[in-house]
Formats: sequence, structure tokens, C-alpha cells
Amino acid sequence: MFLINCPYCGERDQQEFKAGGEAHIERPKQPTELSDDEWAEYLFMRKNIKGIQFERWNHTHGCRKWFNMVRDTSNDEIKAIYKMGEKPPSL
Amino acid sequence: MRNKYSVFSLIKNAFSYHENWQRAWKDPSPKKEYDIVIVGGGGHGLATAYYLAKKHNMNNIAVVEKGWIGGGNTGRNTTIIRSNYLWDASAGLYDHALKIWEGLSQELNYNVMFSQRGVMNLAHNLQDVRDLKRRTHANRLNGIDAVYLSTEEVKKFCPIINTSPDIRYPVLGGTLQRRAGTARHDAVAWGYARGADAMGVDIIQNCEVKGIRRNGDSVVGIETTKGFIKTKKVGVVAAGHSSVIANMAGLRLPLESKPLQALVSEPVKPIIDTVVMSNAVHAYVSQSDKGELVIGAGTDDYVSYTQKGSHQIVEGTLNAILELYPIFSRMRMLRQWGGIVDICPDASPILSKTSVKGLYFNCGWGTGGFKATPGSGDLFAHTIANDEPHKLNAAFNLNRFVSGDLVDEHGAAAVAH
Repeated sequence: MFLINCPYCGERDQQEFKAGGEAHIERPKQPTELSDDEWAEYLFMRKNIKGIQFERWNHTHGCRKWFNMVRDTSNDEIKAIYKMGEKPPSL
Repeated sequence: MRNKYSVFSLIKNAFSYHENWQRAWKDPSPKKEYDIVIVGGGGHGLATAYYLAKKHNMNNIAVVEKGWIGGGNTGRNTTIIRSNYLWDASAGLYDHALKIWEGLSQELNYNVMFSQRGVMNLAHNLQDVRDLKRRTHANRLNGIDAVYLSTEEVKKFCPIINTSPDIRYPVLGGTLQRRAGTARHDAVAWGYARGADAMGVDIIQNCEVKGIRRNGDSVVGIETTKGFIKTKKVGVVAAGHSSVIANMAGLRLPLESKPLQALVSEPVKPIIDTVVMSNAVHAYVSQSDKGELVIGAGTDDYVSYTQKGSHQIVEGTLNAILELYPIFSRMRMLRQWGGIVDICPDASPILSKTSVKGLYFNCGWGTGGFKATPGSGDLFAHTIANDEPHKLNAAFNLNRFVSGDLVDEHGAAAVAH
């Protein structure tokens, strides 16, 4: 349990938010051209990092907007928060 | 030679104030080379080593564990054992394990306190009723004991449940698997460790894997905090840390690791003599032999390796528990903890070869791996020894995420995680 600084609403309790999994997984540009292996990679394979992870969150019980977060999954420390479409910070 | 545990050994050791019991397993330093190295000294890893030694006559095996035996999820789960899964593949897998559980204490000469006290799954809405009836039929076609209970029968089987029709989520019925139950989780790890050690398996604790060394497409050994260990076969049974090990070998897995919490109350006199689970309201409870209520909460929805978990998850579970069991309203909770569970997109495990020769993964058990411990060990040992899966774990290969042949068991996970 931790506090999250929503880029639109400010600091709120984590239970107002929903985690949306790994960030920056791009939807295939040409889905019809994809092999089964590439589909598996896109749909199912995840980095699941122990350490610095880039992920998406949604402020479900607030502004309902999506944003990105950089979090250390080994201690839940939030390193950075940035809006959708913004360039990920280099950490 | 390993001394056998018996009433006579108990009496004999009583005369020396129980100070001269033989060590249950040795504390060896790693040798330079092993035929097989199992990464992870939890129940599944130790069982794998045990069955490799026992059924496949392998005696040059090591189990490397970064902490101590039974310090991970093996000692953190809620000890529930059942096999009432929906699909044929899962029914085969989990019932294979349940059959081994039934003779495990005798086989290991170690009391794992397996208690077939029954597991009841509750239905709270019409869809639950339909799903549970379907599952009961599917179970019976697969030779698994299952009965569907009416609300009155649920009340009769577990009288402390509130079956009043005016609660928020009334109990409309339930299923019962009488062969299901619980076991003492630590004893399972200790029993397998002792059994494997007796057959010559080296159990190396406080030895963390830091790298997997490959030569092209084959494994040649592992880097550990106790040095390099040469081996041609590595079986990874690392639960929540499976992805971390996979990354070392340059592999990707379809897993997400999340904290799953459990909690126990202060010990009280016997009040609930079975296991009751409810998927819809997310509550499950049983009572340990010490008298504590053992309660399982849910997973958090974000990836984390912290072994903590969020407070509101526990709160939600306790709300549901109190609605179903008003008698627990003044119980005090004694301890809470989290374990890191590796969850697969289809809520089924992976027991599989990989694209790297000599590297095998047993992971993805998610929130319900304890029940499968003996079967998982047996089948994973078969897979490693023969370099081919057993027919019971063939469906649980890594390739199913490419072929799309998933084993979707979200419904039978008993509680939604």
C-alpha cells in the first residue's frame, strides 16, 4: 500500500487506482502479418522485473485517466510518474 | 543411514531429553558438478529432487535454495488441498497429486498431517450455481468425488455459516469434495528434504543463483553465491522469482508476480472442521490444529516482490468473512503476511521444457500451488529425467501460449485472484 501522485489529481491513496500492467507494449501495427510467436510475445510474455519497472496505472476512483509510472518492484518505491504519450524518463 | 521415525525412536530420544535427534538433512557445500540442479528448495523443488532420486535412480542431484528450506511460499500458504478443477487436464494433474497425498506420510516416514476434512465451495448467485453444478458434473466424469449441496446441506455441513436469505450475498448452495482437506505445509518441505537427503541429494541452503551459463542453446551450469556449479540439466522451481531466473537465461515467461496475503487469528477451540471457500465474495477459511483460523486474502493487482500486500485487500476479505460467519466478529487477528505468487494468464501452471536444452521450468502455480506439491514434483522429475513431459503434464507446456491451447482455470481457482 502506498500513495500515488496522480498527474491530474495530486497525491491519493493507492486503493483509488488500478494497475494496468507493463507499459510501452505497442499494439502490432500490422496484426495480419504477425506470426503465432509474435502474437504470444505481444499478448502474454512479460518482463515481470524485480527492480525498476515501467507500468501503466489508471485512477479508477478519481479522474479515471491513464498514466505511466516507474516503480521499483522490490520495495514499491515510486521513481517517476509521467503522462501517457510522454517520453519515459531515463533512470 | 537415516534413522526411522517411530514411537520407539520417540521413547528412546525422550531418555536423552530429545537432545540427540539425528539431523533431518545434511548441510553440504556444493560439489563442482551435478547431473541435475534444482533451483528452489520449496516443496515443489524438493519433491522434484526426491522423485528424481527415488523413481529415476538419479543420485547426483543438488537443490539450491537462496534462503532456508520452507522459508518461501511453502511456509506461507493456507495449506488447502483439493482437485475439483474443471478441465480434464487440470483434473488429471491435481488428482494425481491428491492420490499421492493420501499415502505421503507413510511414504516419507514423516507426518505431514494430511487431513481429509473436505473442502466446500459456496455459490452466491445463479451463475455461481450453474458454474459449480457444471464443475461437479465435470469432476465426476473425471472420477473426482464431488457433490452439489443445497443451502440446507451447506448449513448442516458447516453450522456456523450464515445462510440467512437476507445477507448481501446469500448462500444459494455449494459443492463439497470430501477427499480434499489440508496438510501441515512446513512438514511437507521438511519431509521431502529429509527423504531426498537420505537418497544422496545435496540440499544447499543460502545459495542464490546469480546466472545461468549457456553454451549456445544448451545449459552448462549455474553461477551462484557459492560459486559456479557445472551441470547439464537445470530445473527451475522458483515460484514468484521464476521470471528473474528466466531473464538470466535470456528467456521470457508469461508470468506476473504479485503479493498474495494470508492471515491467522488468535487460537481458539475447534469451531470449523472443514475448509470453506467462496469465490464470489473472496473469502476462505479453515482452522489449524493449533486452533488459529487460517484465512486467505487476495492478490494485489500490481507486480511486486515485497512479500507485503495492501491493507484494503485484507479488509475486503474480512468483511466477507464476517458476513458469512458473524460468530467471528470479535476474533482478533494475530499475524498477516504475504508471499509472491507467479500468475499465468490462464491461471494454470507451466511444467515444461524450454527452447534452451537442459533448462526446465516448473512455475506459474499462482495462488494455488501447495495442493499440487507431490504431483508437481513427480511429473517434473519425469519431465527432466526423460527430457519429455509425462502425459499428465503435457498440456502444461510453455508452447500453449503460442498455439493458443490454454487451460483456462480462472473459474476453478476457487477464489478469483
